[in-house]
Amino acid sequence: MSWFSFFGALEIGLIFSLVALGVFISFRLLRFPDLTVDGSFPLGGAVGAVCIASGMDPFLATLLATIAGAIAGVITALLNVYLRIMDLLASILMMIALYSINLRVMGRPNIPLIMEPTVFTVLQPEWLADYIGRPLIMIAVVLLAKLALDAYFATQQGLAIRATGSNPRMARAQGVNTGAMIILGMAISNGLVGLAGALFAQTQGGADISMGIGTIVIGLAAVIVGESILPSRRIFMLTLAVVLGAVVYRFFIAAALNSDFIGLQAQDLNLVTAVLVTIALVIPLFKQRLARRRSL
Amino acid sequence: MLKLPKAALLSLSALTLAMSASMATAAEVKSVAVTAIVEHPALDSARDGILDALNEAGYKQGENLKWQYQSAQGNTGTAAQIARKFIGDKADVLVGIATPTAQALVAGTRQIPVVFTAVTDPVQAQLTPSWEASGTNVTGVSDVLELDKQIELIKEIVPEVKKIGMVYNPGEANSVAVVEAFKKLLPEHGLELVEAAAPRTVDVRNAALSLAGKVDVIYTNTDNNVVSAYEALAKVGNDTKTPLIASDTDSVKRGAIAALGVDYRDLGQQTGRIVVRILNGEAPGSIAPQTSENLQLFINVTAAEKQGVLLTEGLLLRATEIIR
Repeated sequence: MSWFSFFGALEIGLIFSLVALGVFISFRLLRFPDLTVDGSFPLGGAVGAVCIASGMDPFLATLLATIAGAIAGVITALLNVYLRIMDLLASILMMIALYSINLRVMGRPNIPLIMEPTVFTVLQPEWLADYIGRPLIMIAVVLLAKLALDAYFATQQGLAIRATGSNPRMARAQGVNTGAMIILGMAISNGLVGLAGALFAQTQGGADISMGIGTIVIGLAAVIVGESILPSRRIFMLTLAVVLGAVVYRFFIAAALNSDFIGLQAQDLNLVTAVLVTIALVIPLFKQRLARRRSL
Repeated sequence: MLKLPKAALLSLSALTLAMSASMATAAEVKSVAVTAIVEHPALDSARDGILDALNEAGYKQGENLKWQYQSAQGNTGTAAQIARKFIGDKADVLVGIATPTAQALVAGTRQIPVVFTAVTDPVQAQLTPSWEASGTNVTGVSDVLELDKQIELIKEIVPEVKKIGMVYNPGEANSVAVVEAFKKLLPEHGLELVEAAAPRTVDVRNAALSLAGKVDVIYTNTDNNVVSAYEALAKVGNDTKTPLIASDTDSVKRGAIAALGVDYRDLGQQTGRIVVRILNGEAPGSIAPQTSENLQLFINVTAAEKQGVLLTEGLLLRATEIIR
């Protein structure tokens, strides 16, 4: 693996770790199976790209993209909380709707950002190469997001969100407004995903309507891989595990891309990735069995 | 002092020998890395065409050519990673098939030559600043079709045409470009465009049905959704006697009356010839982006009968291939 593909995997993994953190909040903390992500990721990319292409400051554009993602999450939550639509279905409805909305936002299916200034070109010093600078910036962004989430989920409100997910009846009995907590949690979750979409568009040369396909699968895989590598119950470790999972997942893909020497071909890529992820998932199980056998 | 066993020393010197030997040949081996957003008959033909042209110019796999190909299998995240891998491998020329892959390559490097292919509008995609030689590391071949020629063909097959229906995916950049151009162009010919959106392949049939009876002919561009589900369109055309005209020659075998289109193998070969020029030392920035050199006319006589069209003798004489 070359340094280029190493840093590339790191950079893309870190961007998708924001998606994974979002998925972690909805699926794990809120227990809300949320597929909105497949629409809010390209929504973030679309809003970011359109704003930057029209000459807006890239930081402001990225902020607007984050807010757009959060609004998408709020609408999914509203469909569920106030209109009583089943959680999974509400998110599917929002995901389909977002496809058309994203096309409306962009006006066409592809907005290039190859020639435009981005948050990365602004932040990066001249002497540092692109492929090293971008992952370094991403490390800072992800670290900030992770620490902010850790701090937030230790506050009264953060704990109320977690309580809503783990036992809604008990939470209500304690005076928690569970509906409001679901809306808030979904806003944070999809806001992170929108942010990831905007950053992805800025590193990959533009937003494309197809960029959302499979986002939820990657996010969930990252969460699950992370949990199996670093099992814990503490929020600090959990968010760390999720970030780690997203990065490790990208390194699996990088490894699969470099597996041509054993006779694997382009069309085997997804299979190789799936096998590698499966191996990562079953390792803890084998460890357990081994430990049990020893103790016998 | 560190003592190395003899065997280790021997193998070490053998290794250095082998390495210097491989470095000597490495100087002559050129590497070409090709990436596509997804597997698809047209895009695969383009890829094969590139290899044809390289072979023709004397670049042979396993001898003096290192050929790499990866498909992102539809995922833009993977496309980005493939771009990074190829750039890291320091390939001599990178080839991006279709818009998103070409963009990922161009966003990743300003040094390594990038050749795009099967991109309809490279200027709007910001791959090149204009249709002139770019002066950058990017050039390539576009699959844009001259719409005047397409309108001519439609008029020749359905002379009394007033309304042209079009089924397309509003999420595909290439298709939207064609629709927008048609909207400007058709009124000049006294024609009208009726659109039907098919955001997924399963929507193609319903979109076509919504047009039947309202239009005199259904024209389709190289839209990926439509091409994937062309049989569904052909069935609607046959059942409702609506003539179908396509833009990729493969669709004629699958039920269109005619198509005046780019042969993607040919497009690939044209792309491959640009790659060869770059491998031989030309700068990509001095080669202007090209469009397809030769269009091919495919005609399906059976489909014409089923869809109620009488083909003229002149049309049949001009056809590159006639399917019965």
